[in-house]
Amino acid sequence: MSALVLRAGRRSFRVERRTLWLSAILLGTILALGFVGLCYGGATWASPGEVLAALTGAADSVVIVEWRLPRVVAAMVFGCALGAAGAIFQTLTRNPLGSPDVIGLDAGAYTGALFAFTVLAGTSGQLAVSSVLGGLLVAALIYLLSLSNGLSGLRLVVIGIAVNAMLQALNSWIVLRADLEVAMAAGAWNAGSLNGVDWADLVLPLPILAGLLATLLVWFRPIQQSTLGDAVAATTGVGLDRLRLMMVLIGVGCTATVTAVAGPIAFIALAAPQIGRRLARTPGVALLPAALTGAVLLLTADLLAQMLLSPESLPVGVVTTAIGGCYLIWLLTQEVRRR
Amino acid sequence: MTTRLRARELTLSYGERVVSTKLSLDVPDGAFTAIVGPNACGKSTLLRAFVRLLRPAAGTVSLDDQQIAAYGSKALARSVGFLPQDPLAPDDIKVRQLVARGRFPHQSLLSMWSQEDEEAVTEAMETAGVSELADRPVQELSGGQRQRAWVAMVLAQRTPYLLLDEPTSFLDITHQYRLLTLLARLRDEGRTVVAVLHDINQACRFADHLVAMKEGRIIAEGAAADIVDAALLKEVFDLPCVVVPDPVTETPMVVPTHFDDP
Amino acid sequence: MISTETRPAPTSTARWHVAVLVGGFALLAAVAVVSIGIGAQAVPPMDVLRALVAPDGSANQLIVLEVRAPRALLAIGVGAALGVAGVLIQTLSRNALAEPGILGVSTGAGFAMTIGAALGGVASPAAELLVATLGAAGATLLVYAVGRTAPLRLVLTGVALSAVLSGISLGLRLMSPDVFDKYRFWSVGSLAGREQAPLLVPMLAIGLALVGALLLSRSLNAAALGEAVARTLGANIARVRLATLVLITVLAGAATAVAGPILFVGLIVPHVARRLARGSVPWLTGYALVLGPLLMLLADIGSRVLLPTGEVPVAIVTGFLGGPMLIWAVRKYGAGSL
Repeated sequence: MSALVLRAGRRSFRVERRTLWLSAILLGTILALGFVGLCYGGATWASPGEVLAALTGAADSVVIVEWRLPRVVAAMVFGCALGAAGAIFQTLTRNPLGSPDVIGLDAGAYTGALFAFTVLAGTSGQLAVSSVLGGLLVAALIYLLSLSNGLSGLRLVVIGIAVNAMLQALNSWIVLRADLEVAMAAGAWNAGSLNGVDWADLVLPLPILAGLLATLLVWFRPIQQSTLGDAVAATTGVGLDRLRLMMVLIGVGCTATVTAVAGPIAFIALAAPQIGRRLARTPGVALLPAALTGAVLLLTADLLAQMLLSPESLPVGVVTTAIGGCYLIWLLTQEVRRR
Repeated sequence: MTTRLRARELTLSYGERVVSTKLSLDVPDGAFTAIVGPNACGKSTLLRAFVRLLRPAAGTVSLDDQQIAAYGSKALARSVGFLPQDPLAPDDIKVRQLVARGRFPHQSLLSMWSQEDEEAVTEAMETAGVSELADRPVQELSGGQRQRAWVAMVLAQRTPYLLLDEPTSFLDITHQYRLLTLLARLRDEGRTVVAVLHDINQACRFADHLVAMKEGRIIAEGAAADIVDAALLKEVFDLPCVVVPDPVTETPMVVPTHFDDP
Repeated sequence: MISTETRPAPTSTARWHVAVLVGGFALLAAVAVVSIGIGAQAVPPMDVLRALVAPDGSANQLIVLEVRAPRALLAIGVGAALGVAGVLIQTLSRNALAEPGILGVSTGAGFAMTIGAALGGVASPAAELLVATLGAAGATLLVYAVGRTAPLRLVLTGVALSAVLSGISLGLRLMSPDVFDKYRFWSVGSLAGREQAPLLVPMLAIGLALVGALLLSRSLNAAALGEAVARTLGANIARVRLATLVLITVLAGAATAVAGPILFVGLIVPHVARRLARGSVPWLTGYALVLGPLLMLLADIGSRVLLPTGEVPVAIVTGFLGGPMLIWAVRKYGAGSL
């Protein structure tokens, strides 16, 4: 048997051994990467001992606890949120292209940010508010346009792609007309970055994301059931309309919250579910593997973004796309070879 | 015969295209009902209305004198099980996992896997004859095995009503008869079975109640022996034929003759 | 079904298609004449025709012959290339959401342009053309090598590679304002001033590839029925796939090289054409050959007249023309029928 059954009286809980192992390994990797992230920053290394001392409170270290720790925590939680959001959207639309960055949420956030950059002063507060508003408006627009006699996944993707392309055209035009300096600042914001994230930035986002992810756990079983196709899902008791609205709300909530703090970090939502699913080989939605893979991706990317051109720090989105994409291509070549 | 599941004056349509108007059908309780008719006569559409996959433009479907529109999603799924024509299993799902999905309506959002769930799954797999395949991926099964795995999923739902849309298509003749025999046995155990069937002879042999449809209307219904004759076949299928007693079961057997227009 | 698609279509259907196509070409010619006439210096349609048929060297005619006509020709070539490339990629991948960009064509070109600009070697329009074409071809080859076995994998690989390349080039651009500046102008596809670049080679390549696409469309018709059926019909799937990809690369690569990335034409044209073609790939290709140029010409006219202050890049016009069209089509016909 490849499944592990935990029993408690007449109740039991069945998990696939492979999923369990994979989750444990991914979790271990996340913690290890997080620890490395605490050791390294600003082109200097701290010894593991110093980090442990700082974490346990045995020694005071502003650098580790106030600068590096929030950044590492942000990378972990944001990675999970983006991976989960991607898994939700790809399940909802039954299409690997149905991730938030493909269907226009990121482009909408960028439009909002460009507004803040070109019309307002471009402060971080304005950026957060206008980018979230941009993303939410686009999400609502796509959702409403996709509604007609229920929500169809494919229709949502196609309309998302259409809206995305229009927004991209608009965005690149604004960039074209803007001063070079403003344009470059906007371009850097659009690449997404965890530079300078501190605890104050995370006070609101962390509880919001925790709440969203917890809600997601509660809804996990109906989401999984929905992968049997609309007809079977409905006749086995899934309220599809309510479920879909719920999924959209959670997915958009996760994406928008991350974007408000770190900008649109591209590609994790698209790649993490695909990578996670291939690693776990679970049927339907591999929600947990997707979330954990997202965290691993973002942590790795953030470390590399700091190291590659140190002491300069690259926008993390540049690295997420590069390594996530390379890994996905590698996985795909492996699949080709196996057949 | 008592009925608890009934359709009254249904108008069924896909968007602008109206399939049926004023369609009424009482499903006899504890019986095997077969719906037959030529392609695109609205038999699948009627079935979809019974399981609320299609909202009628007018008219009602009721179960125990309560409209099914008023049932909660899970409540209805605990009473009426449905197997669509070509269900699509997620990648990498194993037979046991697929069958376990049939327990969904019996679970709440947070409840864990119970003893009853486990029993229902084991029993369903035994009944459908897929116990040996429990750990095989559904993708790797043959057509007949896959269909039985899906039947097991619906059985695990443990519903008094079982509705199946062309469950025998893509099966070889042995598997067709095995599946129909299984459905008849479920009827004997007290369940109500409704199936859209392609083969009129199989329908005559296994069904207690036959419903013949054409162009969205019910042309005739009743016991096969009472309604199936050459005139009905001509009217419903436009098929010239003679009807003789089945040498095994004595039920009507349709033997096509020659077309007038070669 | 199969028999009607492999044998010549019944004559009445064929006649209907021919009539619609002839009407389409007439409309295309009319729009081309209008497009040539419109601009800072308006030229009446009759003068346009006279300039094309019997040039006499007047100032108006010089504008027509030196600037407007080449630009219209460019729009027609780019539109046809993108439309037909879209038909090919959607038929090949059996994914109605695929467009040439999905094979990494535009990101490959963009990546090559960024590298070229960063190294400082790309100064002349001819060099730009060459670099962009090489980038597009390289990216497509890589995507094909990894994803050739299944349509879905092809799409995924294309998206992944596009992400890698755009990530790296974004990083490079953010480090150098010069490169960023150069790229932001190239990255918004435009026809303005591009008619002055050496166009003979890319237009010739597009022309040849279009002929190739028409020749290949019958085999694709068979391939569209799925691998097994196609094989029994005698189509060599592997060869058809390879040939199709080469054509897509040439078409989309050349179009991107001359005009920069232009979204949507490759996505929306096949959708509209499919409504007319009713399941036949050869007719689909024919319709794309008319609709692509038509859309580009209209967008180009739009790019010149929409704003009084100056030109809007044509890629932005196609974006705002194609987006609502696609949304309307999805809502009207449903996504499943795309």
